[in-house]
Amino acid sequence: MNGDKILTVDRLTMRFGGIVAVQDLSFDAERKKITALIGPNGAGKTTVFNCITGFYKPSAGAIRLAHDDGRVIALERLNDFRIAKQAKVARTFQNIRLFPGMTALENLMVAQHNALMRASGFTLLGLVGAPGYRDAEKRAIDLATDWLRRVNLLDRADDAAGNFAYGDQRRLEIARAMCTEPALLCLDEPAAGLNARESAALSELLLSIRNELGTSILLIEHDMSVVMEISDHIVVMDHGVKIAEGTPREVRDDPKVIAAYLGADEEEAVAVMESGT
Amino acid sequence: MDYFAQQLINGLVLGSIYGLIAIGYTMVYGIVGMINFAHGDIFMIGGFIALITFLILISLGLTAIPVILLVVLLVSMAITALYGWTIERIAYRPLRHSFRLAPMLSAIGMSFVLTNYSQVAQGARVKPIPPFITGGYTLHESPDGFVIQLSNIQIMVVITTIVLLVIFNWLVSRTRLGRDMRACEQDQTMAALLGVDVDRTISMTFVIGAALAAVAGLMYLLYYGLVDFFMGFVAGIKAFTAAVLGGIGSLPGAMLGGLAIGLIETFWSAYFSVEYKDVAAFSILIVVLIFMPTGLLGRPEVEKV
Repeated sequence: MNGDKILTVDRLTMRFGGIVAVQDLSFDAERKKITALIGPNGAGKTTVFNCITGFYKPSAGAIRLAHDDGRVIALERLNDFRIAKQAKVARTFQNIRLFPGMTALENLMVAQHNALMRASGFTLLGLVGAPGYRDAEKRAIDLATDWLRRVNLLDRADDAAGNFAYGDQRRLEIARAMCTEPALLCLDEPAAGLNARESAALSELLLSIRNELGTSILLIEHDMSVVMEISDHIVVMDHGVKIAEGTPREVRDDPKVIAAYLGADEEEAVAVMESGT
Repeated sequence: MDYFAQQLINGLVLGSIYGLIAIGYTMVYGIVGMINFAHGDIFMIGGFIALITFLILISLGLTAIPVILLVVLLVSMAITALYGWTIERIAYRPLRHSFRLAPMLSAIGMSFVLTNYSQVAQGARVKPIPPFITGGYTLHESPDGFVIQLSNIQIMVVITTIVLLVIFNWLVSRTRLGRDMRACEQDQTMAALLGVDVDRTISMTFVIGAALAAVAGLMYLLYYGLVDFFMGFVAGIKAFTAAVLGGIGSLPGAMLGGLAIGLIETFWSAYFSVEYKDVAAFSILIVVLIFMPTGLLGRPEVEKV
């Protein structure tokens, strides 16, 4: 891990009353790489995501995001829309949170709010159709169209997102997050509920995001076939602390990881881990 | 038949005014889930600002009616929008994450504040203005002497309403602001994560609602030739009823509900008794809500996962 780090989580601790959800957690995510955060249920993975994306204010510790241009942003100090606007971090949730009443295209257009906002200068200019704003709107539609094509939903651009099949909604959500043009994409269980074929398509999509666009990805995932196939680096958590990290191969062979995953039942744990190979 | 046609015209004009106010209720409900009880008083403020602007322009010696109307329209929209923005900022935003009833109580309080402030500042008497827009058309004259009149002011109210609705519909369905508003309506957290400034979007909702109410205030002033500090109460309740009748949260529903309330009220007054027109309007509301709990165009509440 001597590469270029985009995200540095430094001794992060999150307490809720007397319960310590995350304790003294440190890890890095490399730029243009896929980092996976795994661990059994209740390990504190989503809590880490919530700290990164401004939902929780960490009890202690720092989360730093280093942009390409050298700016370093203290994520623990930002919240709300500033996470997307200033830090350029996008995230998805375990459950699907598209805007169900809006079309697929509109969902992707909302994600380009900030680009359009810059172009319109301020709201009223945009409303009277200033030329700069029109161009920006056109570019926004082009980008949205491009993403719809990437996730194979172009022919359904004008359908309400709520009517899409589950797997399509998952892909549309990733497309929407990418339309914010993030530096770091955080995905919370993107493969949850997908069948094997859809999981494979998801892996392909995430790899293309990394390879073609160079976007850094941080993901939480239980589907080991996805994790093992696409991750460059894996961080394993259990009971709020980091118990291991390394490449997929290193992690898979780590006895601590196997033990954490299925308690003492090592045989079953091995089975889970090997499903990824 | 002639009498009916005349009442239809009158009802549509009244309904247009209710509809413009109702949009403000339904928009705010859609995006923050509260009933802005001060919205009727915003309408009243709009009427007063229009009146004051009229008097100022006339005392400056302006005589060109179209110019006066345009200036009055813009000034009352701008200042009333400022009222709407301010009320949201000081009375609702601090309570947004408080318990559910808090913003509603604050809204009721705000309504009293605006009513009493206008009473103190402008006096309790009804303020009349001379008729600005006179004349009209006789559409039909029946043998027994009944005349269907369509006055210029009625034409103006309806045309203004239609124009505003077209602009407003374009705003909500085609522009960035409209998309942001709909996104915030469906999932504020997610909208924020995509970079939408939710507070700002909510402010804009109040601003637009107040501007539409100001137009309604101006139309009321021109149509009835008077304003008073208490007019926001009844008009506000009626418009709120219209919004609920149309399906709260639905924009076409608000306009449809406004027209329905205006027509019911007018026809009841024409064929039955004027004294019971409000009873009729609200009775029909109750009947509709019993059989269509989500209103005419409302969607059933979808449980958020």
